[in-house]
Amino acid sequence: MDDAAVETRGLTKRFRGGQLAVDHLDLAVPAGAVFGFLGPNGSGKTTTIRMLMGLIEPTSGTAHVLGRRMPRAARTVLPHVGALIEGPAPYGFRTGRDNLLRYDAADPTADPRTRAARVDAALERVGLGAAAGKKAKAYSLGMKQRLGLAAALLRPRRLLVLDEPTNGLDPQGMREIRALIRELAQDGSTVFLSSHLLDEIEQVCTHAAVMARGRLVVQGPVAELAARAQGRIAVTTPDPGDAARVLKEYGVTDLTVAEDRVTGEPPPGDRDPAELTAALVHAGVRVRAFGLERGTLEDAFVALTGEGFDVTG
Amino acid sequence: MSQGDITFAGPPGARAAATLGLLRSELGLTFRRLRTLVLLGVLAAVPVLIGVVVRIETGDGSPAGGPGAAGGGGPAFMAQISNNGLFLVFTALAATLPFFLPLTVGVVAGDAVAGEASAGTLRYLLVAPVGRTRLLLVKYASTLAFCLAATLTVAVSGLVTGALLFPAGELTTISGTTIEYSEGLWRALLIALAVAASLAGFAALGLFVSTLTNSGIAAMAGAVGLLVTVQILNTIPQLDAVHPYLFSYHWLSFADLMREPVLWDNLYANLRLQGFYALLFGSAAWARFAGRDISA
Repeated sequence: MDDAAVETRGLTKRFRGGQLAVDHLDLAVPAGAVFGFLGPNGSGKTTTIRMLMGLIEPTSGTAHVLGRRMPRAARTVLPHVGALIEGPAPYGFRTGRDNLLRYDAADPTADPRTRAARVDAALERVGLGAAAGKKAKAYSLGMKQRLGLAAALLRPRRLLVLDEPTNGLDPQGMREIRALIRELAQDGSTVFLSSHLLDEIEQVCTHAAVMARGRLVVQGPVAELAARAQGRIAVTTPDPGDAARVLKEYGVTDLTVAEDRVTGEPPPGDRDPAELTAALVHAGVRVRAFGLERGTLEDAFVALTGEGFDVTG
Repeated sequence: MSQGDITFAGPPGARAAATLGLLRSELGLTFRRLRTLVLLGVLAAVPVLIGVVVRIETGDGSPAGGPGAAGGGGPAFMAQISNNGLFLVFTALAATLPFFLPLTVGVVAGDAVAGEASAGTLRYLLVAPVGRTRLLLVKYASTLAFCLAATLTVAVSGLVTGALLFPAGELTTISGTTIEYSEGLWRALLIALAVAASLAGFAALGLFVSTLTNSGIAAMAGAVGLLVTVQILNTIPQLDAVHPYLFSYHWLSFADLMREPVLWDNLYANLRLQGFYALLFGSAAWARFAGRDISA
């Protein structure tokens, strides 16, 4: 338990309507990791986050955050946790700065003497310094998102739980926030990042977990997960028809031909791809390029869940 | 990074200071809001309206409300306004206490928790972590502050309007004795405090309703609906046996502060009743809120 920033055992939530939102979840987030939490809409990610933050009580199972049982230890644990949950929620009729002053005042362990300075620092850090005096209802979605992040950064945190932090941001804003997340991780914070953007997880995260229909499908280091996705063989050739025939003979499956490109699943077993090139050349197929494409997290996801990423279960 | 170093920071007493800071933030949230200012503005207009009407009615020197006024046509003390402006304070409070004042309290109390839930700010307060009991206590304290502010708004508006439109000077109490104007001012303050305290029970009820739903509008409507229901029940003579248990049963006891000597019995009974409601519905609100799943 000592090395886990978040650890759940058999965590289950059944809502009053009988709907099983989270089903025996065993999650382990190593301290210091940037942990990507993936899953289609409705897969139970937000319910899990709410249980971790003590907002809802698990039906059964346990959740430990920073080594303490939640929701029992909320008072001692949560001052060390910054959270952005299901989108930002500012007081629209107060300014951005007033919003942060209020959220900071809500934390009984926050020092009121340094409050104003910490609020200004957090606003600067997310790029809201110039808009701090504007009422939050005049903010764009991206600015509200930044304000929510600023609230999570009011104090140095050991764990940051960020639910879709780049939602509503333009590409430049996304880059800034991702850079900020990397920076926070370098400072030693564990980051628990929920996202539906696979490339975001690949770019930022060291570890990831995939949920589908309330259950954990897989978790582990991102590199390992991506490696589980099989690469595809790709041949670029002016003779695609002949190439496809030869590849099929050698056991390549799921062949697709698109103009001068032929791709397919490599044959089972540890066959050297070089044998395929030899066979192609031997058969008189003119080859411009031959390669083994690396698997992406998206391929892994589709392989693991058997469904497209945005499909709701 | 070891996980054993989570400690509760701060010297003893820091938590109490932090709660005061949160209360200040809560008061700022309530009183710097346009809706609150509009409610107070409307309340302030009531004594002005009464004063102007009485002034027009009595322009010919006859008693307010015509010949029938002494029989109790309008709110209490109405007939004395034209003799002494200070009575406008008492009249305005008597006129607004049955519905108007508690209605504004219902809006503020009903919105207290449910409004934060529907705005989504509740989840961020809870992960701050504000502490559910602490949040509820601060919400109740700020609702009580609103009760006081609303009552004082009516009283001060009545005082100023009364002083501008009508004569000042010695007052005649309900008992028929005469007291100095300064003593009357003192009584007016006591009456305002008694009226504000009268609202404490309903404020707790409103707060409880506010913990039942994630919709601020629904909670406000629920609290105000309860108020209207109770005030209707209060007028049904067949329900005599129930009346002493309704939060508004002793509301008009503040008039006893205008007797000489003051009759304290009903005033104390009112305080006890309000305290009972505050405890009952404060506990109910806590029981509901402390273990509730926050899914908004």
